[in-house]
Amino acid sequence: MGQIVLNQVKKQFGDVVVIPPLDLKIEDGEFVVFVGPSGCGKSTLLRLIAGLEDVSGGSIAIDGNEAADLPPAKRRLAMVFQSYALYPHMSVRKNIAFPLKMAKMDPAEIESRVQNAAKVLNLTDYLDRKPGQLSGGQRQRVAIGRAIVRQPAAFLFDEPLSNLDAALRVGMRLEISELHKRLETTMIYVTHDQVEAMTMADKIVVLNAGNIEQVGSPLELYRTPKNLFVAGFIGSPKMNFIGGEVAASMGASTIGIRPEHLIVSKESGEWEGRVGVAEHLGSDTFIHIHDTGLMDTLTVRVDGEVDLNHGDLVKVSMRPEMVHLFDQNGERI
Amino acid sequence: MARAVSFNKKLVNTLIVGLIGFLIFFPILWILILAFKTENDAIKAPLEVLFNTGWTLESFTTVQGRSDYFKHFSNSVIISVGSTLLGLLIAVPAAWAMAFVPGKNTRNLLMWMLSTKMLPPVGVLVPIYLIFRDLSLLDTRTGLVIVLTLMNLPIIVWMLYTYFREIPGEILEAARMDGASLKDEVLYVLAPMAIPGMASTVLLNIILAWNEAFWTLNLTSANAAPLTAFIASYSSPEGLFYAKLSAASIMAIAPILIMGWFSQKQLVRGLTFGAVK
Repeated sequence: MGQIVLNQVKKQFGDVVVIPPLDLKIEDGEFVVFVGPSGCGKSTLLRLIAGLEDVSGGSIAIDGNEAADLPPAKRRLAMVFQSYALYPHMSVRKNIAFPLKMAKMDPAEIESRVQNAAKVLNLTDYLDRKPGQLSGGQRQRVAIGRAIVRQPAAFLFDEPLSNLDAALRVGMRLEISELHKRLETTMIYVTHDQVEAMTMADKIVVLNAGNIEQVGSPLELYRTPKNLFVAGFIGSPKMNFIGGEVAASMGASTIGIRPEHLIVSKESGEWEGRVGVAEHLGSDTFIHIHDTGLMDTLTVRVDGEVDLNHGDLVKVSMRPEMVHLFDQNGERI
Repeated sequence: MARAVSFNKKLVNTLIVGLIGFLIFFPILWILILAFKTENDAIKAPLEVLFNTGWTLESFTTVQGRSDYFKHFSNSVIISVGSTLLGLLIAVPAAWAMAFVPGKNTRNLLMWMLSTKMLPPVGVLVPIYLIFRDLSLLDTRTGLVIVLTLMNLPIIVWMLYTYFREIPGEILEAARMDGASLKDEVLYVLAPMAIPGMASTVLLNIILAWNEAFWTLNLTSANAAPLTAFIASYSSPEGLFYAKLSAASIMAIAPILIMGWFSQKQLVRGLTFGAVK
């Protein structure tokens, strides 16, 4: 079990309110991702749930039991830190066994759980090494091992992949997703990387300045962002925002169109512009177009085969059914 | 790529470095040589001393006969170890609080502590002497332990603070998440990680206290006099007894030199002040 309910949870440091009163319900077994720009309060929110910070108000219920006043260890939560936070003087075996030793578990049971975790995470050959002798990916797996042996009510991940290189990150992302499918335990995952959020989450919580902007499945957020902030944050490259007459003609203050929903051609289109930079990724090409009269730089995502270069004159049009409309407050119409 | 250095250049550099090293080490070497000569031989011209005189242990036996080496030695041990332990007792909680729960003025407090090291000790000699006289602490080991603790406390606090600061807070938080109580956290996680730093702090402070000559000479006469006073008693205004002075010096520095030799690794870590991770 691992249902977590936040009710009017608030955090302030001195006079600075980091998280204004906030409600959130996380169902048992869900993979929830907190995402937002740095400083949006997502890590603070996770630390409040973990008990590493005290709430300034409100309540946190874990499986129906009030937990806001419990010390971290009593909340039955396990946490994986960005810096791995392994105990450098202990072997991998002792690192993984540490929470069980603290729980005064029977040594035979500890050993069998450690062996199991090591098997799941491919660490069996490294059990007697110290963390300093492992690669970044292996260290992160040890940190995950230390979390899973406790069989917690929920896992908390605080940007666990940001210290890894790009290739490893993709691999670990899959491993964590698979672990979730296998364990079916609640996971709360904090990241600033919206690709991680989109690919891993059952439910994404978009945070901005301590406020929850929107909660929903990855595709809900992509298809129907509630406001300009969510629209701009989810999706890569970023959504194009166009104001002025074009927006007014559609009855909105701002319209948003994703780069993949624009059509570029040399022959026909509603607007004309000049290619500034074409980023060729192989599978796709991102074209940044200037002088369209719509906005400074319009970004378009096209097929990798399209051959356009700096200075080319192109015509652009929108897929009208894919245009998002926002009012003067930035809310979706 | 590393810079290429020609063989000749390497040779020249090595010779220069060797020569500088030898010059710095020379006084110690000369003391070592003179310690094994008779008083008459010791005042001869250097080359004659080296090649034209015999070796003897006479100075050592004379020195031991005239003043009780072992009494001074035990005073030195008690004063240096005692002041270091007392210092640790005060500095560990202080450094702990400053490293893990810093307040608004932690930085200022640390700088203020360090600034006391910039004051010349002689500036407070008279008040301290008078206080010691009134409290009957003159020429007592207790008095010296207290004054050396106070002298070295800023260094101990600073070193420990630096070491504690090196321990990432997330590791302690991980221990808390893993169910460790404050006692477990200290015992299983913090102490093992801080031990190398504490060891080098202890070593460095024992050496500093062992070699401290200003307070030990000014606040002692006979009973509490450590090895520094023992050496000083052989430099007399009427004429220097080179051989005996050398023998006394060797006897005084040998223990700390041997200890330093065996704990080099820890010491280097201590002296670099956590600059190298």
